[in-house]
Amino acid sequence: MMGKAFLLGDDIDTGQLAPGHLLKLGEDELATHCLETLRPDFASQAKPGDFVVAGKNFGQGSSREQAAISLKVLGISAIFANSFARIFFRNAINIGLPVFELEQTHSITEGDDLAFDLPTGRLENLSSGEKYQLQVLPDYLMQIVSAGGLVPLLEREMARRQDALIGQ
Amino acid sequence: MQSSRGKTIVEKIVGRAAGVDAVRKGQIVTANVDFAFAHDSSGPRRWQPHLDRLGVGLWDPEKVAIVTDHFVPAVDAQSAEILRLSREFAQAQKVSSFFDMIGIAHLVLPEKGLIRPGAFVAGGDSHSPTGGAFGAYVAGYGATDMLGIVVTGQTWIRVPDTYRIELNGALPKGVVAKDIMLILCREVGMDNAFTAFEFAGSTVESMQMFERMVLSNMATELGGEAGIIAPDQTTCDFLRERAKPVDDEQKVMELASDPDADYSSNFTLDVGALVPQVAAPHSPANTRNANGFSDVRIDQAYIGACVGAKPSDLLMAAEVLKGRKVADGTRLLIAPASTETMNGAAADGTLAALTDAGSIILPSGCGACAGMGAGLLAEGDVCISSTNRNFQGRMGHSGSRVYLSSPYTVAASAITGRITDPREFLSES
Ligand code: SF4
Repeated sequence: MMGKAFLLGDDIDTGQLAPGHLLKLGEDELATHCLETLRPDFASQAKPGDFVVAGKNFGQGSSREQAAISLKVLGISAIFANSFARIFFRNAINIGLPVFELEQTHSITEGDDLAFDLPTGRLENLSSGEKYQLQVLPDYLMQIVSAGGLVPLLEREMARRQDALIGQ
Repeated sequence: MQSSRGKTIVEKIVGRAAGVDAVRKGQIVTANVDFAFAHDSSGPRRWQPHLDRLGVGLWDPEKVAIVTDHFVPAVDAQSAEILRLSREFAQAQKVSSFFDMIGIAHLVLPEKGLIRPGAFVAGGDSHSPTGGAFGAYVAGYGATDMLGIVVTGQTWIRVPDTYRIELNGALPKGVVAKDIMLILCREVGMDNAFTAFEFAGSTVESMQMFERMVLSNMATELGGEAGIIAPDQTTCDFLRERAKPVDDEQKVMELASDPDADYSSNFTLDVGALVPQVAAPHSPANTRNANGFSDVRIDQAYIGACVGAKPSDLLMAAEVLKGRKVADGTRLLIAPASTETMNGAAADGTLAALTDAGSIILPSGCGACAGMGAGLLAEGDVCISSTNRNFQGRMGHSGSRVYLSSPYTVAASAITGRITDPREFLSES
């Protein structure tokens, strides 16, 4: 994966990522409002492959999955943050958006070109030349992400169970 | 391998649900879910398309509850459609516990006696930890997680750290569980992912269930995945009064953490000298003594939400408001958290004390707390609220400002039109 870094601060909450009063909207339309109160240009500037780099407690607040979905819809390919709120972390994995804890986010600047290798957890800042080794996801979570999310994985699982039933 | 240390209540429940004798912190295990619930925003509307595609239904309709609380009552065609879909889903999937427009899930399920001590419960909402007050492990999940759970009856869990919060002493007049939680948001911080909080100590033991639920509810604001309280006689009595007694009280009490349990962190607070608290915009951790905010004029006072509009909360408001009037230029909106709460308040005179003072009563549901229902704020509006979050724009315009406090402080502020320490309106008794 390669793309530019969007730098965000600490404690980004799900209401900033997917505003509550707009949750009735469909996913694509909702995504155009992602982070609009914080960075009005974010939704229009994000390109497929780009990364979000943030501080601590990313995705705190409500359980709304649209917070993670909006970032995925905008093409964000992975999020690196000092820490994540638990439900956001799970939601992101479940929709196939990889998220990683990274301590040294301060050494990445806005607009840096990053290259990331998901299976090995190797992250390189092409703009500065710095390299980071991230803790890879546990096997089961990696399985979910590689399948493209929990639903595709369930789909496979259900098909397998069906086959097993038919085979009996 | 035999664990050398005792177990926390969380490790006992998670271990049982995962079929692993001694779970270790950080270990990823698969747990069998005892009970799952979701609401109109996170549940059926998000699951239906996937269930159709997968060609499957619920793993066990007896173990799944659906509660409509976010979009109720419908305010436009879209919210009406979401509610219709919820109803059709509940019927088609034969969901036995479908609660339509009778209140907020986190209160309705305990009212129905459905949160059982020792259960591993998955809720499709971030404030699911509320049920932890009943000695259950109740964590919140997003929509896809919940989809996986209601289809398979299982989920993965990274065995959490258990963080013990010990509260000791008698609460002074006018200081309640909400004040404690606002202090904890500041002191313990809100960045505690993959941590289960356990509340213990003499203060917790002497609290009634609705106040304990405030502690558990706002474990969410601490970033916790659960906010659990060991079940005791108070817990068992509550369930018996709901005609849902536990099978074996002795066994339920044994859920309590072992004396030599391994906690990752401890925090002790003596509550005996605390004063009412207020959290300033835009974070529940922005907490200071309420009397330091007396220069803040308010446009709206709001008593609502799962955390702040239970029977105990309306009683607090009524105690302050009885025989007094809401200030000119200030509006006090009250959205009782459930219809049962509303009916109880009507029956015992609490409601009359509220309305005589000039409060406006709103439907039972998430309402303005979710940024969806009645009582939203305009640009520049200042609101004091008994809810649990004051992130920017949550209750309306991003240019509005929300202060959080106990219902006592909300009511006192409504009377003066400024943020007010409620103790001046409460008689020592
Ligand atoms: S009342 Fe507020 S905090 Fe509680 S479930 Fe509803 S939206 Fe969430």
